[in-house]
Amino acid sequence: MATKRIVEHTHQSMESMSLNMGPQHPSTHGVLRVVLELDGEIITKATCHLGYLHRAKEKHAEYKTYHQFIPYTDRMDYLSPMSNNTGYVMAVEKALGVEITQRCVYLRTLLCELARMSSHLLWLGTGALELGAMTVFLWAFTQREKIYDIFEWIAGHRFTVSYMRVGGVARGDYEEWRRMVREFLDQFMNAHREFETMLNQNEIFLNRMMDIGHISGEEAISMGLSGPSLRASGIDYDARKDSPYLAYEEFDWEVPIETKGDCMARYLVRMREMEESWKICNQALDALEKTKNQPANIDNPKIIYPPKENVKKSMEDLIHHFLLASEGFKVPPAEVYSCIEAPKGELGFFLVSDGGPRAYRLGVRSPSFINLMSLEKMSIGHTVSDIVAIIASLDPVLGEVDR
Amino acid sequence: MAVELEKLRDLLRNKLGEYFGDKVESIEISHGDLMMTVDRTVIVEVCKRLRDDPDFQFNFCSYITAVDYSALGREPRYEVIYQLYSITKTHRMRVKAGVPEDDAVIDTVFPVWGAADWMEREAFDMFGIVFRGHPDLRRILMPEDWEGYPLRKDFPLGGVKSFYFKRSTEPRAGEPKNLVPRIREQLSDI
Repeated sequence: MATKRIVEHTHQSMESMSLNMGPQHPSTHGVLRVVLELDGEIITKATCHLGYLHRAKEKHAEYKTYHQFIPYTDRMDYLSPMSNNTGYVMAVEKALGVEITQRCVYLRTLLCELARMSSHLLWLGTGALELGAMTVFLWAFTQREKIYDIFEWIAGHRFTVSYMRVGGVARGDYEEWRRMVREFLDQFMNAHREFETMLNQNEIFLNRMMDIGHISGEEAISMGLSGPSLRASGIDYDARKDSPYLAYEEFDWEVPIETKGDCMARYLVRMREMEESWKICNQALDALEKTKNQPANIDNPKIIYPPKENVKKSMEDLIHHFLLASEGFKVPPAEVYSCIEAPKGELGFFLVSDGGPRAYRLGVRSPSFINLMSLEKMSIGHTVSDIVAIIASLDPVLGEVDR
Repeated sequence: MAVELEKLRDLLRNKLGEYFGDKVESIEISHGDLMMTVDRTVIVEVCKRLRDDPDFQFNFCSYITAVDYSALGREPRYEVIYQLYSITKTHRMRVKAGVPEDDAVIDTVFPVWGAADWMEREAFDMFGIVFRGHPDLRRILMPEDWEGYPLRKDFPLGGVKSFYFKRSTEPRAGEPKNLVPRIREQLSDI
């Protein structure tokens, strides 16, 4: 069994040492720098230094039209661009007052859940790798590769997809693509079971994860923790259930909750979340089959780009395409906050429009940024090697932390 | 959903509107979002009540940010935004407080929600709004020695001066004497 390794910190020793970790440390998942105050090997204080990947996206949003900003959202949480795209276009649609088609709802739901699986697979692979489990990393990446093939087929890109559009999607889906998704889903649960066999009974893994990085439910709420990390502390908050959007209300699935609030609990929540995502994907795929003759985009040429093949044939479509590409559409004055449950937590977009074709202000509530705040609290009293497991269990993406 | 929001709005009017009088400037629903504008002097007290009142229970602070309204000519220049959520009652709302340009200070809500820590630091970093009483108000995303506040509307997209040439004003070996100041002058035109 795992031994409790939190050492009581009763006396201040004579000398404490500062240790700089990062920004180029392999376990920090990007360019995070943590300055640790150490007493022997025990962390007494951890201070995060951010901003190494700051690209001023919120500033750029004020200079780009609404469509031009979509590729920027890909590069925030670059492990789940589909979710970011969806979160952003949903905010713009809310300000516009646009209702998307039912087929688009299913398509977005399916892609968001695939993105969640791909994001969690990366977390699983790298998290296990940092604790020494090489095999899981390779297996997880095999599965991710399949998801990327699915994305490449439909969006033309593997990584930064830029697939969602205000009022719809970039391209429709096809029979062959749906078969591809089905094939992936059919074999996924097998792979999922393999991951669990590798890790759930693994002595080293359990010792490194159990009772490490504990945070209580109240503390987690107060620190603004969201997503799987919050649900691992016994708090039932999932935006997909509590303020439903897309098609999540229609489908049959559960929100996994764990109560212990340590790294192991966060691991278990994410593993079960992948199963739930798998369930949602299956249902969304069935719904897509049923609605396959319906249009995926809204019927409003002032907002949605016309199909590319029509642009070369029809004068009207050419004009609309030109106007959208050069000037963009205008959003009436509005102030909205729209949020989705991204793989990392609550991803919110706060949009202020002044009636022009560009956002007056776009604020991004990025889950990784706010989740990372509790690292300073979680790591106190643990050893240096534990902070690797804690960072991995929080699953921050630095592209999203710094924006 | 809309009915629940209207109920919540009426509750806010009854409970906070009466208690704080004209310090609560407006409570309205727009685009499906409930928002309340308050005077900045009472922000901490309003937030405490929103968190502790059994009818509201806004225990989760989603997001804190600011908006610079100078390009629209609105007064006061800044508005600090608090996006709140109640995990127990599953409702959302937004609290806003105006902050004037000449005295860009507002009290910190860090004692109410610990989550305010980094978000207020970010708002300070980007807009230069000082959160009075914040335990550690430092820049968070920009470098410590950065000058200016990037998300203000009068800050150009390309920046005002080069960060890279700032530290070495002394000419390096083989360089003409006035190279660095000259490059800096050119860069400042961006």
